[in-house]
Amino acid sequence: MAGFWQAITGRTRPKQADLDALFLVPSAAITLQTAIGLTPTGTGSVCYRAARGAGFADTQTDVLELIRGAADAPQVDVSGDEFGFTWLTVHRDPDDMGGLCTDLHAVNTTLELEGFGPSLLCSTVPFVDSAGRRVALVYLYKQASFYPFAPGAGGAAKQRDTLLELQVGETLAAEIPVEKDKARWLALWGAPGL
Amino acid sequence: MARSRFIGDKGLTARMTLVMFLLGGLFVLLVVGLAATVGGGLGILIGLGGIGFAVFQWSRSDKIAMRAMGAREVSPEQAPELHGMIDRLCALADMPKPRVGIAETHVPNAFATGRSPDRAVVCVTTGILQVLTSEELEGVLAHELSHVAHRDVLVMTVASSAGIAAGMLTQGAQYGGLGLLGGRRDNNNGLPVWLVVLVVSLVVYAVSFVLLRLLSRYREMSADRAGAYLTMNPGALASALQKITGEMNAIPERDLRQVSAASALCIAPAIRGVSLKTLSSTHPSLEQRLEQLARIQAELGRPTV
Repeated sequence: MAGFWQAITGRTRPKQADLDALFLVPSAAITLQTAIGLTPTGTGSVCYRAARGAGFADTQTDVLELIRGAADAPQVDVSGDEFGFTWLTVHRDPDDMGGLCTDLHAVNTTLELEGFGPSLLCSTVPFVDSAGRRVALVYLYKQASFYPFAPGAGGAAKQRDTLLELQVGETLAAEIPVEKDKARWLALWGAPGL
Repeated sequence: MARSRFIGDKGLTARMTLVMFLLGGLFVLLVVGLAATVGGGLGILIGLGGIGFAVFQWSRSDKIAMRAMGAREVSPEQAPELHGMIDRLCALADMPKPRVGIAETHVPNAFATGRSPDRAVVCVTTGILQVLTSEELEGVLAHELSHVAHRDVLVMTVASSAGIAAGMLTQGAQYGGLGLLGGRRDNNNGLPVWLVVLVVSLVVYAVSFVLLRLLSRYREMSADRAGAYLTMNPGALASALQKITGEMNAIPERDLRQVSAASALCIAPAIRGVSLKTLSSTHPSLEQRLEQLARIQAELGRPTV
């Protein structure tokens, strides 16, 4: 009914992000390590669209101060990509997945409190195995689901390691909500840590 | 509670609802009017005919619009940047990804069509790809995706059923079909029935034409709003609109007429309004659209306290 009314009046509201599922990542990391041999790289990124104007610039400064002001302050850096999205990357000790998720969650909640929740796109936590294969666990805020993204070996051609992605997806299906619609497993070439 | 930077526009919603209500009323008026003059069965038949034709148009809308614009569908391999952009916007908006098309024409334009968000097509012209920067193109795509999310094709088609029914009646009169109705009932007031039907349907057609254009402009404003909130960058859509309207008026009239059939669904109209511009144009004026985008920009940029 709400959807019908939104369509009639042409007033779809911006979709709010769902933040809580991010805390499922630490247990998923343990499963990945034991089942496939993928270990966390210790980095994690939040990808969002920065709005124009002072409001967002202030918020982003607040976020950086919040994370850098902690007692065991991790290294944080901000970068942009060719699609106009901003990546905020946190570097921590690879064993401290809990701390990493808390940092990422702090970014999300600060953005959401200032009214920028709809601008959150996804969050990535990259993993690597001893053979050098990389795969990122990507969290889609709007769908509240995860999917794996594995860039293929070589890296020259933009080709995904589909079999590894499917393996990771199946391994984690019992633990975390894995995105069922594979059309939404969007490629994130050049994401930090991959 | 998190604060929201989403500002509603009650005035726009109220006006839009009123216009849709009037269009529905017009449809009822036409059916009842016909039932009173030529008999209930025929009135309902014409009403069903109007709805039926509208539904037919709606279900074929993607093919009709794609053909009218000479567009072809492109795969992610053929247009990786365009697909990447739409992928990200759809993930932000939590909507299914539409198919993507490109039309080979120098007129810078974009349109969205299809009967539902699952079956939608978003199409851009090669002209718009040349003219706009990637930021501006993203603003335009967000506007088109908002049309899809608002189900504008469905709303506009349903809204036009009164006009279609009236148009069918007028056409019928042209071929003398209504002459057959003349003998069905004695009329004591002297006016032939077919003339009454013709006048009623012409009036309904004219009124529905004006109301539809009004509705179309409101839907455009809504799509601008939603698109600007999606990209968080009203400025890019504003500069894209300025560029597109500027370019469009610089292009010869003859080219523009060829694409006029699909213009109601485009980002900026491909036909130049001549007279009665404010009443008959499918799109709001550039100033109105820029004003609205400036308001959204101000709200998004409001400093934190």
